[in-house]
Amino acid sequence: MSPRAANPPVPAATDPALIRNFCIIAHIDHGKSTLADRMLGITGVVSDRDMRAQYLDRMDIERERGITIKSQAVRMPWQVGDTSYALNMIDTPGHVDFSYEVSRSLAACEGAILLVDAAQGIEAQTLANLYLALENDLEIIPVLNKIDLPAAEPEKYAKELADLIGGSPDDVMRVSGKTGIGVEELLDRVVERIPAPVGRADAPARAMIFDSVYDSYRGVVTYVRMVDGHLNPRERIQMMSTRATHEILEIGVSAPEPTPTKGLGVGEVGYLITGVKDVRQSKVGDTVTTAAKSATEALPGYTEPLPMVFSGLYPIDGSDYPELREALDKLKLSDAALVYEPETSVALGFGFRAGFLGLLHLEIVTERLRREFGLDIIATAPSVVYEVTTEDKKSVTVTNPSEFPTGAKISEVREPMVRAAILAPKDYVGTIMELCQSRRGTMLGMEYLGEDRVEIRYNMPLGEIVFDFFDQLKSKTAGYASLDYEPTGDQAADLVKVDILLQGEQVDAFSAIVHRDKAYAYGVLMTGRLRELIPRQQFEVPIQAAIGARIIARESIRAMRKDVLAKCYGGDITRKRKLLEKQKEGKKRMKMVGRVEVPQEAFIAALSGDTEKKDAKK
Amino acid sequence: MASALPLGEPAPLDGLLPPSAADGAPDRAFGVYVHVPFCRVRCGYCDFNTYTAGELRGARQVDYADHAIGEIRISRGVLEASGVPARRADTVFFGGGTPTLLPADDLVRMLAAVRDEFGLAPDAEVTTEANPDSVGPDDLRRLADGGFTRVSFGMQSAVPHVLAALDRTHDPDRIPFVVGWARDAGLDVSLDLIYGTPGESLADWRRSVEAVVAHRPDHVSAYALIVEDGTSLARRIRRGELAEPSDDLEADMYELADELLGAAGYEWYEVSNWATDAAHRSRHNLGYWRGDDWWGVGPGAHSHVGGVRWWNAKHPAAYAERVTAGLSPAVGRERLDDPTRETERVLLLTRIRDGIEIPSLHVGGRHAVAGLIADDLVDAKAALAGVLTLTRRGRLLADAVVRRLLEE
Repeated sequence: MSPRAANPPVPAATDPALIRNFCIIAHIDHGKSTLADRMLGITGVVSDRDMRAQYLDRMDIERERGITIKSQAVRMPWQVGDTSYALNMIDTPGHVDFSYEVSRSLAACEGAILLVDAAQGIEAQTLANLYLALENDLEIIPVLNKIDLPAAEPEKYAKELADLIGGSPDDVMRVSGKTGIGVEELLDRVVERIPAPVGRADAPARAMIFDSVYDSYRGVVTYVRMVDGHLNPRERIQMMSTRATHEILEIGVSAPEPTPTKGLGVGEVGYLITGVKDVRQSKVGDTVTTAAKSATEALPGYTEPLPMVFSGLYPIDGSDYPELREALDKLKLSDAALVYEPETSVALGFGFRAGFLGLLHLEIVTERLRREFGLDIIATAPSVVYEVTTEDKKSVTVTNPSEFPTGAKISEVREPMVRAAILAPKDYVGTIMELCQSRRGTMLGMEYLGEDRVEIRYNMPLGEIVFDFFDQLKSKTAGYASLDYEPTGDQAADLVKVDILLQGEQVDAFSAIVHRDKAYAYGVLMTGRLRELIPRQQFEVPIQAAIGARIIARESIRAMRKDVLAKCYGGDITRKRKLLEKQKEGKKRMKMVGRVEVPQEAFIAALSGDTEKKDAKK
Repeated sequence: MASALPLGEPAPLDGLLPPSAADGAPDRAFGVYVHVPFCRVRCGYCDFNTYTAGELRGARQVDYADHAIGEIRISRGVLEASGVPARRADTVFFGGGTPTLLPADDLVRMLAAVRDEFGLAPDAEVTTEANPDSVGPDDLRRLADGGFTRVSFGMQSAVPHVLAALDRTHDPDRIPFVVGWARDAGLDVSLDLIYGTPGESLADWRRSVEAVVAHRPDHVSAYALIVEDGTSLARRIRRGELAEPSDDLEADMYELADELLGAAGYEWYEVSNWATDAAHRSRHNLGYWRGDDWWGVGPGAHSHVGGVRWWNAKHPAAYAERVTAGLSPAVGRERLDDPTRETERVLLLTRIRDGIEIPSLHVGGRHAVAGLIADDLVDAKAALAGVLTLTRRGRLLADAVVRRLLEE
């Protein structure tokens, strides 16, 4: 039993030997936040009264989904024997979309707790982050969580973990974040096993930004890990990637509320506030130095965030466009990876083409737009980035099917590839292989993890993954499979752009870049969906799918022949007029494609695949 | 059990109308509608405000004529007190329900009350709806003697399996007899048909229209079956027991009816109505489409006077209670502002052959006319003469035409 630290080390004056920087690597639902909360309670930095479930996850969406989007760092005192230590727990995002942010968080640590649910075993994303941690030479402390659960199988999963990272199953700690069992021992183990940070105290200051958060009251809060030197209040600092300088208005540590300090020294983890209003001025991975005595060499590992998935975001009510712009401008302040530019669609009106790190990032952004800004929006089918070369040797980067060159002959289309790792019970191997093969995957290998679980690795086009792959994977494996992927470059492929035409008019929102072998299937799917969803008009409406000028699939909506209420007498007039007013109101939500009136809902339903039959009556 | 009343403002207890209701009243025809909310059985498709004996909650059929007469007496007082100039009734229409479930004498008494309070125009059109199996020759003669001029029989179909699907109980072979008795009594005759009944084929429908033509009524109404929410028909369709009527088949049926009726000398004068000549059009119903004034008597009945529309308490028991207490039975009303009246004018006049004066349309409507002609929805010749009249195709798409005429 370790007591709470009696004389905690003081920030800015802490001997690096007394510092331990660590993070927790865990899958969604495996209890990372609960364990973190428990540590805050046990070390006394959060009183029981203030304890709020999942203290570290600030955003509602995060709390609801039980996932962490933005990481933070908390300094906790802990005493082992007679020595008081400062433990910095750096919270990492759990999802592969944020793998760059994960890698920076890991780079800020010397060790990691590998936390695995004792009833579920390790998952694909956790494996991916574990690889990253090992690449960063982190000391790994394997831990099984939720050992209080009746379904827990600690023996089985301790063996699985030991097989993975080496060592004996007995080295795997067993805790329960919920009840607190084993958590004190775990903190002791952190002090004992994780190396203290090393740096040069007299060198020019170098601090790595591992997170950057927008706060509407304080502007951008930048989280840093000091490597060399010292940063002081009121000092002028410089961002090494841009050479921009700012004055430190406040410097401090999270305990877990922001607590100003006299500065930060070697190995310490804390935050800076400079008054900048946009997270882009404080980029994750960048190196902070002082303007007066600048370091000559930035810390390694910085890259610009690169959007991998693009989607059109449109307000369902066209008059919300200015609000959408404002909302995106605000989100951008806290989301350095979000990029967007205005875009117009025949079907959907005015909106934005936005780039995301991945599908979850897209989902989080659209969810925040809905929830935090009350916007009703539709996101078009996600698309990836293609490099198209035409025969006249011009190269075009295509993030939207509408940019696909139409005039010149195409000599090559290159698409982004990923290495996908899928973890699932062995019974599903056949199903998963079938799915991956249907998505143009090439198998790289397969490995057993323990007795009944398998890791299957595929090389796959990212474009196939963003198209509904994860949903398919989940539904075909009763939810058991987990997926992780990482970019591995690109490949040339026989890709074509399929357009959908309504009465000869192209409906841009439905154009898609697909493999030639799948063009027909896509055409049949979309024309069929639209036939179900678009109400009959006063004239026949052909719906076609085309590659260039060549029609590959065709459907048609027969002309409506009857649209009249048979009876209209004294008692019917009010009702009839109200119906007409409702129809007029409905018409405002109609989009015109040539002469064809299409309810916005039909486009949305066709995009989302929600093909409930159109209401033919009324 | 029956379609809900519209939402509106509450009607005042004394039923008084705002002064604007009187504006222009002398130029408008005045009709009286008397609702008779009783049926022996409820037909599966019907959502009208009507009740079988078991659904009456103490309101008695035998007392009904007295309650309705009570409202007729109140109505004159309300119009007078509201400053609406007294007008004789140009038309009276007894509908339901099944008016002929009441003794002929009750119907005649109610008509007499209208005559007492308002007076009847010398050429007044006085109609009652009738079920072919609830009237005999004596009833019809008594009605004619009492002042009725016209009877409208709910024939619906000549085909037994179609009548069965509609829950209609009458014997189709009875139709020629009831028509003959009405003729003998000196009454004009209208026959109602319904098309689009689940299971009804185009051949079935042809048989019904041909039968109607053979009976030589003065007037024919043919309505597409409307599947109303809350009816047993709607439930049976939802459960998949009956096929949903098809718009395309109904369009074929409408075209066939218009063809056959036209060939037999009947002219359409409203989307769902045909008559042998202008004199046999239903003047009462034309009043609805022309925005004239009418007082609707009875539970759930709607009235309209000079841009004020109101409706009565729906259940016969609630209705009886109010009328017996000397109160207006009106429970809700709406005052139509000018744009709303214009909307109603366009949506109603578009339905009739006499049509709408094109110059009276607002600019958006006038601009829509050329496109409507091009789409064969509006008769070109009439349009050149300044009147908007629907083509046959236009009648089938009348609601779409109205929407285009009302586009800004």
